[in-house]
Amino acid sequence: MVVARIAGELDCYTAPTLREVLDRELDASGAASLVLNLRDASFIDSSGLGAILGRYRRLAPGGGRVAVCEAQPSVRRVLELAGIPRIIPLYPSEEQALEAQKAVGT
Amino acid sequence: MTAGQANNWIILELPGLATNVGVARVAVAAFAAQLEFTLNDLEDIKLAVSEAVSNAVLHAYPPGEPGTVRIRAALVDGELELTVEDRGRGIDDVDRARQTGFSTLPDRMGMGFVFMEAFMDLVEVASRPGEGTTVRMRKRVGSEPRAEVPDQVQWDFAGAGPGPAHPRPDDSD
Repeated sequence: MVVARIAGELDCYTAPTLREVLDRELDASGAASLVLNLRDASFIDSSGLGAILGRYRRLAPGGGRVAVCEAQPSVRRVLELAGIPRIIPLYPSEEQALEAQKAVGT
Repeated sequence: MTAGQANNWIILELPGLATNVGVARVAVAAFAAQLEFTLNDLEDIKLAVSEAVSNAVLHAYPPGEPGTVRIRAALVDGELELTVEDRGRGIDDVDRARQTGFSTLPDRMGMGFVFMEAFMDLVEVASRPGEGTTVRMRKRVGSEPRAEVPDQVQWDFAGAGPGPAHPRPDDSD
């Protein structure tokens, strides 16, 4: 499992770096599961969502999972309005996200 | 003051660089804060600016040759009027570009116009191939985002992408 704690603004300037770093960690670890802690992420737009959904798209076919935790209200609102929780669960704490990921055996 | 007359405005002209998208949304939100927008309203405005300016940065100009993006924000009769304009390649098919899930770039999800429409009260797009694109938006104080975003977006991740089955040949991520 890869746990990434993300700080700052997720837009078309930062999304390529996020994508690159996450893919590098997923490649290096061979992990099937990714937890994104967004506690210190202050903004997300469709480019940021794209970087997250792209990792889901990468992991899902092999049975992997992506979870998001500790998103600030403004970020959470965008995730919810975009319908993200239907495929990527949101958890209030990192601990709960890790428990849930372990429970499904990834 | 007559109806429709702008009583305050700012104009920002920036090179279409990704690093300027954040500058644009923060500047417009700071300007809009003069009206009695809620914090959620200001987040909506930041998101809409981010999407419109990102489109100009990513799509309007050839890679490595960023042209100018012009952003005008005006307070008119208690509303924010926003114009984001580029002199780039234009959009061949505006109706198609506004559909959920249509994108010509990987990892862009085709959510830009959907978000602008959901978070602003009015979105108009005028574009001429070869001449540029102008996106005009309005936001009233106290208007809520439209709830239909989750219904519009059917996240279909059988390896394809969101939304209806538009062919997205470039979207390989």
